[in-house]
Amino acid sequence: MIILTVDQAVEWMKEIQKRMDEHKEQLTVLDQAIGDGDHGINMTRGFTEVTAKIHHVNYDSVSDVLKSAAMTLMAKVGGASGPLYGTAFLKMSVAMQGKDVDEHVFKQAIKEAVDGIHSRGKADFGEKTMYDVWSQVADFLEEEEVNDWGGMVEVCQATIEDTREMIATKGRASYLKERSKGHVDPGSMSSLYIFEALVEVLELEG
Amino acid sequence: MSGKAGIIIISHSFEIGEGIKKLIDQVIEDVPIALACGTENGEIGTSMERIQSAIDQVGNENGAVLLYDLGSAKMNAEMVLELVDRNNLQIAEDVPLVEGSYIAAVEANLGKTVEEIMVSLDKLKIDHSS
Repeated sequence: MIILTVDQAVEWMKEIQKRMDEHKEQLTVLDQAIGDGDHGINMTRGFTEVTAKIHHVNYDSVSDVLKSAAMTLMAKVGGASGPLYGTAFLKMSVAMQGKDVDEHVFKQAIKEAVDGIHSRGKADFGEKTMYDVWSQVADFLEEEEVNDWGGMVEVCQATIEDTREMIATKGRASYLKERSKGHVDPGSMSSLYIFEALVEVLELEG
Repeated sequence: MSGKAGIIIISHSFEIGEGIKKLIDQVIEDVPIALACGTENGEIGTSMERIQSAIDQVGNENGAVLLYDLGSAKMNAEMVLELVDRNNLQIAEDVPLVEGSYIAAVEANLGKTVEEIMVSLDKLKIDHSS
């Protein structure tokens, strides 16, 4: 059964944009605590560009929508999140190429995205980065016979809470060492919004 | 100018790049150096497009060494290199930008190859373990 159509993929991007816009301040505050303070602005700018771009194009496949999003994110989002999210969406796009997106293709695409983030960011699990969130979601999808996509969001939230007290060892936050403890990683938080938006569109009837 | 490896300086800040270039220009004049510093609209950040055009400027048959400042600069450089797929372009990983660029320029000026420059830069590597 197809779980993600072209329309839903476009809707996914719009839902992400909406959430980044709503949470711009929060992401910025999180990033001011342990980074360079531009994550909210960067994510909002990036996904605003994505939605503006896909609005004018008629796409034939989910793969093409995600490729378009990936290229825009790489070009328009500053900071490390541009290359990382760009890579994630590009890997998903490649995994979905020439295929209808059923549950199997979808899970494979998420897995590829996680591998992409891993090799791009060179972060391992437990270094307090977005990789923690993405890899937990992939593990969840691998283990579960998913009836309720909302489980992905719960996994994200649980991971964010689990990593809050960790010391960051990658990215700008790693310069703070112990002082990164107690702060939520901004990239993990924006990843939550990406999965929240995804769950929202997956639950729409395709 | 021909025969010398190029240097590509990737920084989040336009001014940092300009500053390093000035520093090098004081002693070395004929090494091809290109800057990919700041975003297209002059803000803090790095851009794949700028890195690409720096490669177009100085990445001749002698190749070039790419030096960067902070994390995302390196990721952008890696992505561009994956797309251009040339083996005479090398990223100097974990090498401090000012010292690295200066030494790379001195070595390139002596006619050293990209590989030889990379060996020299190896000694400058920042140790992240402590």
